[in-house]
Amino acid sequence: MNALHKTVASLALAVTLAGVADQAAAFCGFYVAQADATLFNNASRVVIARRGNLTTMTMANDYKGEPKQFAIVIPVPTVVKKDQIRISENALIDQLDGYTAPRMAEYWDEDPCNPPIYYGDEEMSADDGSGGGGRSAPTKVPDYKVTIEATYDVGEYDIVILSAEEAGGLERWLTDNGYHIPAGASGVLGSYIKQNMKFFVAKVDLAEKNKLEQPFLRPLQVEYESPKFMLPIRLGMVNSNGPQDLVVYALTEKGRVETTNYRTTKIPTDMDVPEYVAGEFGPFYKALFQKQVAKQGMQTVFLEYAWPLSISCDPCTGIYLSADTLTKMGAGWASEYHGGVNGGFVTRLHVRYDMAHFPEDLTFQETADASTFQGRYVIHHPFTGDATCEAGRAYKKDLYTRQETEITNVASLTGWSTETIRKKVPGHSNAPAPKTGGSWWEQQ
Amino acid sequence: MPAAYVVPMPEDPRFYQIACLTALLAYGVTFLEFDVTPLRIVAILATAQLTQYAGSRWKGIPFDPLSALTSSLSLCLLLRANHVPVLMLAAVISIGSKFVFRLGQKHVFNPTNLGIALVVALSGDAWISPGQWGNQATLAFLFACLGGFVVHRSERMDVTFATLLFWGSVVIGRSMWLGEPMTIPFHRLQSGSILLFAFFMISDPKTTPDHRVGRVLFAALVCAFAYYWQFKLFKNSGLIWGLVLMSPLVPLIDRLLPGPKYTWPGGKQPLPESAPQLTGEALAAK
Repeated sequence: MNALHKTVASLALAVTLAGVADQAAAFCGFYVAQADATLFNNASRVVIARRGNLTTMTMANDYKGEPKQFAIVIPVPTVVKKDQIRISENALIDQLDGYTAPRMAEYWDEDPCNPPIYYGDEEMSADDGSGGGGRSAPTKVPDYKVTIEATYDVGEYDIVILSAEEAGGLERWLTDNGYHIPAGASGVLGSYIKQNMKFFVAKVDLAEKNKLEQPFLRPLQVEYESPKFMLPIRLGMVNSNGPQDLVVYALTEKGRVETTNYRTTKIPTDMDVPEYVAGEFGPFYKALFQKQVAKQGMQTVFLEYAWPLSISCDPCTGIYLSADTLTKMGAGWASEYHGGVNGGFVTRLHVRYDMAHFPEDLTFQETADASTFQGRYVIHHPFTGDATCEAGRAYKKDLYTRQETEITNVASLTGWSTETIRKKVPGHSNAPAPKTGGSWWEQQ
Repeated sequence: MPAAYVVPMPEDPRFYQIACLTALLAYGVTFLEFDVTPLRIVAILATAQLTQYAGSRWKGIPFDPLSALTSSLSLCLLLRANHVPVLMLAAVISIGSKFVFRLGQKHVFNPTNLGIALVVALSGDAWISPGQWGNQATLAFLFACLGGFVVHRSERMDVTFATLLFWGSVVIGRSMWLGEPMTIPFHRLQSGSILLFAFFMISDPKTTPDHRVGRVLFAALVCAFAYYWQFKLFKNSGLIWGLVLMSPLVPLIDRLLPGPKYTWPGGKQPLPESAPQLTGEALAAK
């Protein structure tokens, strides 16, 4: 399969061929690691900002192939006008991804012999991005029973908005214009046509692309007004090579977003894990996600983050989302307020899907649920001093049991064997069960 | 509590409904992570019973806890809110509506249905999660629901089957028209929310038309509205909104198609000779 073919196989969403990368920078006090979407190969990332019927969809484009071979076809509910298509910035999506990623919090056990007075900390910063322009010219193409509603040049993209009367004509038009359509797409296209949906077709304008200094393609942003709060995933599953990951960052006015035609479940959270997990949080979260997908029979959408934008993150895993950033993502209703943001809610949904388990497109609703949720895993660093006092001895006795619980937690979350995990926890490698005659440090 | 409540096979279908709804709630909380805490369940159930008691005193009729328990269990299953008082308000509206909106022996609105609709529409604090059941447990769900049919042999189950038939037809028919694979309508129909609605909400004999033809017509109207709501307006929970908006038509349907009024077994309505008579509060007229 050539690069173009691969691209069109992910029709509904921009193709993603991302490798694994780590971003390990601490912006706030307790934060040490995050599991961002780049951990997951073939993870598509989409930001959906929605208020009333107005939707702004920003699609990350981490296509790594030849730009001239890049092409996408995305069903959209309405004809999209010239000023409703923009170019966004990967940095903005990365920022939103980092801000909402599952996270690790760490705490240090106090000296049990000299308990200190409580202390804490917190800080914030801000960032921004840019957009583009275009032209329009509606034309009927009778031979294909396809109407070119508009054509736009937006940044490095050539964009065509199509409506069609029947799938065969649309397929022929796309094929004749250099888009390779995988077998099996025709039926899916046909059902979207009957639902009166339009098609957003984009490919790269090489001349414009070469003017850019950056090597990668920038995200496409589409705005439209429609009662349909959905994400078409069916085209992307035609001819796909197995399960795909999708991360949706939803920006809404007041509450959590969930899928209405699939169950939304919360990712397991607030679990204590051993110290070493801080050093391998990426693999830990990947294994955890895989385990949860299997546990739920690959039938659910996972909630990884739900937080009112007016409430500060805790712990923070990324740069603070400013009103300016949010406006660029389509959430213009979030206004700057006393150094924070007034109003708005962010939801992060993560789904692994294939045709067998997710036969229909994802439909969403914004609920009134304003409660906070985050995927959060906690490390308690043991106190390593002498602690020879009475309280210190009691602390050491409890520590072993606590660490055993942490080992069990990681095993149940990830499916890793307890033996493997024990080897990474000091004092537990050869201790399958707690001894009654004293703790490990006493035996040593 | 009178001994009649604890007999293993009571003929009052509400006993089976209560057992079934309780099991579904336990399943939802244990396996599906329903966002409903014991405190919230107690708050809803207690508010419903208090409202039932107050309404009974107001109307001067004996206190019957069973219907209020059924309605409040349905609220626990379906309604979510940020704040507990909003859930309690829904319970007050649900049970209170039976005493306020009534024509003769019947209620105008299904109590749970009205409670949910009003707080979701007006409070800005409550919501329904149509996807909360997922699609995995459908068979178990269906057997539990059908079990109720077998157990109490209710003559009023026609409205349930008519609803399933009509809704199944429009969902499958639409997919066929669109050329979608059949996995799509079957996925939609596997939602536990639809079975819960058909078996435990629209089936309420106190709010459906008296004549069988009327009940089938009523199911068709609710499904037609739900279709418009979900597939033309692209909103959610069409059946629930369809039921609340079509309910005011029931008196009209009853006038056009009169039939015998329903009372719970053992009530004022004479029972078949073979059916044992129950006594006690559970049999009181509502």
